[in-house]
Amino acid sequence: MSTARHTSSRLRSSTYRLGPPIVVFLVVLGIWYAISLSLDPDRQFLLPTPNEVIDVGFVNQDNLFQVLEGLLWTVAVSMTGLVIAIVLGMTSAIMMSQAKWVETSFYPYAVIIQTVPILAIVPLVGLWLGFGFTSRVVVCVIISIFPIITNTLFGLQSVPASFHDLFTLHRSSRLTRLVKLQFPNALPAIFAGFRISAGLSVIGAIVGEFFFRKGIPGLGRLLDLYRARLLTEQLFTALVFSSLLGILVFWGFGFLGRLVVGKWHETT
Amino acid sequence: MGDRQISNIQPSNHGDTRGGGSSSTLISFENVSKTFPDGTHAVDSVSFKVEPGQFVTVVGPSGCGKSTLLRMGSGLLSASSGEVRRSEGNLGYVFQDATLLPWRTVQKNVELFCELRGFDRSERRKRAKDAIELVGLSGFNRHYPAALSGGMKMRVSLARSLTLDPPLFFFDEPFGALDEITREYLNLELLRIFAHAGFGAVFITHNLYEAVFLSTDVLVMSSRPGRILKSFSIPFPYPRDLDLRFDPAFAELTGEVSEVLRDE
Ligand SMILES: Nc1ncnc2c1ncn2[C@@H]1O[C@H](COP(=O)(O)OP(=O)(O)OP(=O)(O)O)[C@@H](O)[C@H]1O
Ligand SMILES: [Mg+2]
Repeated sequence: MSTARHTSSRLRSSTYRLGPPIVVFLVVLGIWYAISLSLDPDRQFLLPTPNEVIDVGFVNQDNLFQVLEGLLWTVAVSMTGLVIAIVLGMTSAIMMSQAKWVETSFYPYAVIIQTVPILAIVPLVGLWLGFGFTSRVVVCVIISIFPIITNTLFGLQSVPASFHDLFTLHRSSRLTRLVKLQFPNALPAIFAGFRISAGLSVIGAIVGEFFFRKGIPGLGRLLDLYRARLLTEQLFTALVFSSLLGILVFWGFGFLGRLVVGKWHETT
Repeated sequence: MGDRQISNIQPSNHGDTRGGGSSSTLISFENVSKTFPDGTHAVDSVSFKVEPGQFVTVVGPSGCGKSTLLRMGSGLLSASSGEVRRSEGNLGYVFQDATLLPWRTVQKNVELFCELRGFDRSERRKRAKDAIELVGLSGFNRHYPAALSGGMKMRVSLARSLTLDPPLFFFDEPFGALDEITREYLNLELLRIFAHAGFGAVFITHNLYEAVFLSTDVLVMSSRPGRILKSFSIPFPYPRDLDLRFDPAFAELTGEVSEVLRDE
C-alpha cells in the first residue's frame, strides 16, 4: 500500500518534471511546421520542416557520417585542450598559492587572457602555429584555462583559519598542508571550474575552426560549410550534435564532481 | 602564509624545583600580556599554572581575551610580554568550533593528529578506535561531520586530541553553542574522560555553573584587557554528579564567583 503510493508519487513527480519541457518541445515543433509550411516554396530552404531535417540530416547515412566524423574530431580537439588547460591551470594556481609574488606577478595576465576577445587572438594563433590541430587545441586552452586557475586558487586559499591552526599546532610542512588541507578544501571549487571550462573548450574547438581550415573538418567547419552552401537540413544536424556535446560535457563533469565530493559537499 | 609558524615556548625547567614551580608543572603563565598590532590590549599580566590533575577553568565576559590566552599557551600566538612555559609532550586542543575537516569521515578526522605526527596506519586505527569509543561515538566512524549534531562534533574534536594522549588539554568554550541539556550531559562525559585519561586542563567558559561543576580551580577574568580578578579553589571531590548542583555549598560558591564578575 505504502509502496504503491510511493511509486505513484514518484511517477507524478517525474511527470511533473518531464511534462512541461515535453509540452514546450511539441509547441515549438508545431510552430516550426507552421512557419516552414507557410514559406514560399522557393524560400523554404531557410527553414525546412522537421521531417525533412530528419530525412536529409539523420537518415541519410553519408550526411550523418560526415557530421559524426566532425563531432569525433571536435571532441578530440576540445578534450585535448581541456586536459592541457586543467594541467597548466592547476599547476599555476598551486604555484600562486605557495608564493604571493607568483600570484601578484602572474594573476593579472590570467585576467587579461580572459578579457581579450577570443576572436581577436584566434587569427594570431593561426599565423604562428599553423591552421591544424595544434592551433585548435591552443585556442581551447586559452578559452578554458581561466576558470580553472581562479577556482583552484580560490579553493586553495579559502581554507578557514581555524583549520590552519590545527596544522600549525602539529608543525606540519607546507606540502602536508597543501595535500591534506588546501587541496581537499579546493575540490568542490575545482570541479565547478572543470564543468565551466569543459563547456568553454567545446566552444573554443568550434569557434577555432571558423578560422582554421586545414585538416579534417570538425563541427565548426561543417557548420560553416553547410551555411555557405545553404544546406540547411545538415546545418540543423550539426547544430543538434554541437548542443548535445556541450550538454553531455557539462553533465558529465557535474556527475564526476558529485562522484568525488558529493559525499560531503552539496554540489549544485 | 609566512605567519603560520608556531612560536617557541620555553620548555619548563626540568629538575628545578625552586621558585617557578615544580618540575611536573604542565604549563605556567608568568605576567603574560598581549597587545595586538592594531593596538587592542587583550590580555594584561596574567599569571597562573596548571599541575597534573588540575582542572583550571577561566571564566570571563565575552571578548576579554580568553581565546587569546589559550592561543598564547599553545604557541599559535606569541605573547607581547611575560613568559609561557610548557612541559614537553603533546597538547590537546578543543577549539571554540569543532574544526572537523568536512571531507573526512569521523574515523579519518580522529586519525588526523596521529597522521600529522607520522604514526603508522595500524597504530592510527587503533588509537582512533579507542578514542572514539571513549567519547561514546562507536558506530559513527563512517559518518561525515555534516551528518552530526553539534554535541557529536565536539566529541569527535575531543577524540581527535585524545589519540595523542596529551598530558595537558585546552578547551576553548567547547560547549558554548550547545543547548543546556546536551551541555550538562557532556559535562558529565568530560569528567568521566578526565578521570580516565588523567590530563591537566585549561577550560574556558562563560557559564559559571559549568565552571564550578567541572573544575578544581576557577579563575575569574576581567573584561578587556583581561586580568585575573580572583581565583577560587573548588573543594568538591571527584567523581561528581549532577546532584552537586543542588548542594548549598555549590550555590554559595557560584554565588561568590558571580559576585566577582558582577562587580567588574
Ligand atoms: N588578531 C587580532 N587582532 C586584533 N585584535 C584581536 C585579534 N584577535 C582577537 N582580538 C581582540 O582581542 C580581544 C580578545 O579576543 P578573544 O578572542 O581572546 O576573546 P574571548 O574572551 O575569547 O571572547 P569570546 O568569549 O567571545 O570567545 C577581542 O576584543 C578581539 O576583538
Ligand atoms: Mg573565545
